Amino acid sequence: MAAKTIISRPIYGTLSPQPGKHHLFIADAEGAVAITDMAGKAPSGFFGSAEIVFIPGPEGKHIAALEALKPAQLHVAPSFASLLPRLRQTLTNAHMGLRLYLAGTEGLIGQAMQAALEAGIDHTSMQTEQRGSLARRMQCVHCKGITENVTTQPATCAHCGLLLLVRDHYSRRLAAFQGVCINAEDRSEIPPMEEAFP
Amino acid sequence: MSTGTTKLDVVVSDVVPVNDLVTRFHFRRRDGELLPTFSGGAHVVVEMRDGDRTRLNPYSLMGSPLDTREYTISIRRDDVGRGGSLFMHRQVKPGLEMVISYPVNLFSLDLRAKKHLMLAGGIGITPFMAQTSQLAGAGGNFELHYTCRTASLGTYADVLRERYGSRVRLYHDDREERIDLDRLLSSQPLGTHLYVCGPAGMINWVRDRAASLGWPSETVHFEHFAAPQPGAPFDVTLAVSGKTIRVGEQQSLLEAIEAAGVDPPYLCRGGVCGQCETNVISSDGKFIHNDHWLSEEDHRSGCKIMPCVSRFEGKSLVLER
Repeated sequence: MAAKTIISRPIYGTLSPQPGKHHLFIADAEGAVAITDMAGKAPSGFFGSAEIVFIPGPEGKHIAALEALKPAQLHVAPSFASLLPRLRQTLTNAHMGLRLYLAGTEGLIGQAMQAALEAGIDHTSMQTEQRGSLARRMQCVHCKGITENVTTQPATCAHCGLLLLVRDHYSRRLAAFQGVCINAEDRSEIPPMEEAFP
Repeated sequence: MSTGTTKLDVVVSDVVPVNDLVTRFHFRRRDGELLPTFSGGAHVVVEMRDGDRTRLNPYSLMGSPLDTREYTISIRRDDVGRGGSLFMHRQVKPGLEMVISYPVNLFSLDLRAKKHLMLAGGIGITPFMAQTSQLAGAGGNFELHYTCRTASLGTYADVLRERYGSRVRLYHDDREERIDLDRLLSSQPLGTHLYVCGPAGMINWVRDRAASLGWPSETVHFEHFAAPQPGAPFDVTLAVSGKTIRVGEQQSLLEAIEAAGVDPPYLCRGGVCGQCETNVISSDGKFIHNDHWLSEEDHRSGCKIMPCVSRFEGKSLVLER
């Protein structure tokens, strides 16, 4: 788990079953394992009122394990962007008593949380668990472009090309870490690029 | 010493009987200026100087936060309490000069909510008078469910129905009308916040059902001023100030500490804000905890007490004051 460095750096927990009438899970890749691990602690019949939205990713694993939980609905999506309209619709029509569980990469957790915040769920009311890649979603503070799946430190902005220091400073509103130019004084100074968020 | 608040010198500008049990009091500043801004759910602590004893009780402001020419509070007469409400009902007349605290809000609206669901029981309606005014002025989405014993004791029910129509739903105990709480809670749109103010039993019932039905605790707001209860007199040693005091039958521990010339911090005087939390150095006897601030663990530990509402029975009690 990520260490707390500055106050905005999100800290994730371990999924645990909450009291509620409906349970909405959003997970990507290894996040599925957080759900199946939690299933052991869930009361019987828990998944009868659960919907799982899952992005398997390139490896395409874990779908059968989620099916085995017999959720009321299992929706497999190719990407977060593809599931977002459906998620927004679900949240718009939902009632109090819906509980949200987010598991997988920080990018997935952050973007799903962003949609849920807009729907009026407090971020402290959501269950989160980080699994799999530590890749970050980063906003370049200079051009405001968002670069997905950043694994290196520093990282190159996919929009303006500046070399950015990926900070722990995180924005829930943008669901992104802040990237700040690392060599603003002298562009010819190129620090070594390391694999920091595998 | 009231933490973070200063006092307001006010004059009673009106006293209006509302029904058999409830009277409304209006205050204006003695210097004619506007009173401080407040938000719906705020309360003031009213100093009641009754002969040589002073009681300080918290009351919710019930006027519109949009109008600070005067503050209004409504007080239900409690014939078996410590006498604060009886003093207000019997002794306080227009023109009387009084001192009240600055407003403090421990029951504020969460304005991020998509909708506000309010549940009031009896005199617990008062903070909602201010909150509904505030929300209505800003086009806010709210719904108020108000339980009262009888129509004639439904304080301000007529005013609220007149102002807000079907957004206000009334339940009368004498007509066996009951809130279908589970259905009400389960049919609220996502992003709703719940507010409850009324008797302790009602608050506990609503909080318990809300938690079971999956309302996150961040969305459930409640306020219950536990008025200090009278009880058997007891002796207390204040270790820091080196004094031994007796807490009278009709006196709260906090009032007794103040009467001895010690000035501990306080804010709500109703067991909810946590300011007067006091460490217990030693004790031999039983604590009567009446607050909503300390955890059950704290209550069991015997290491802390909220002197504004809690009492003690036994041989000795030494406090870090």
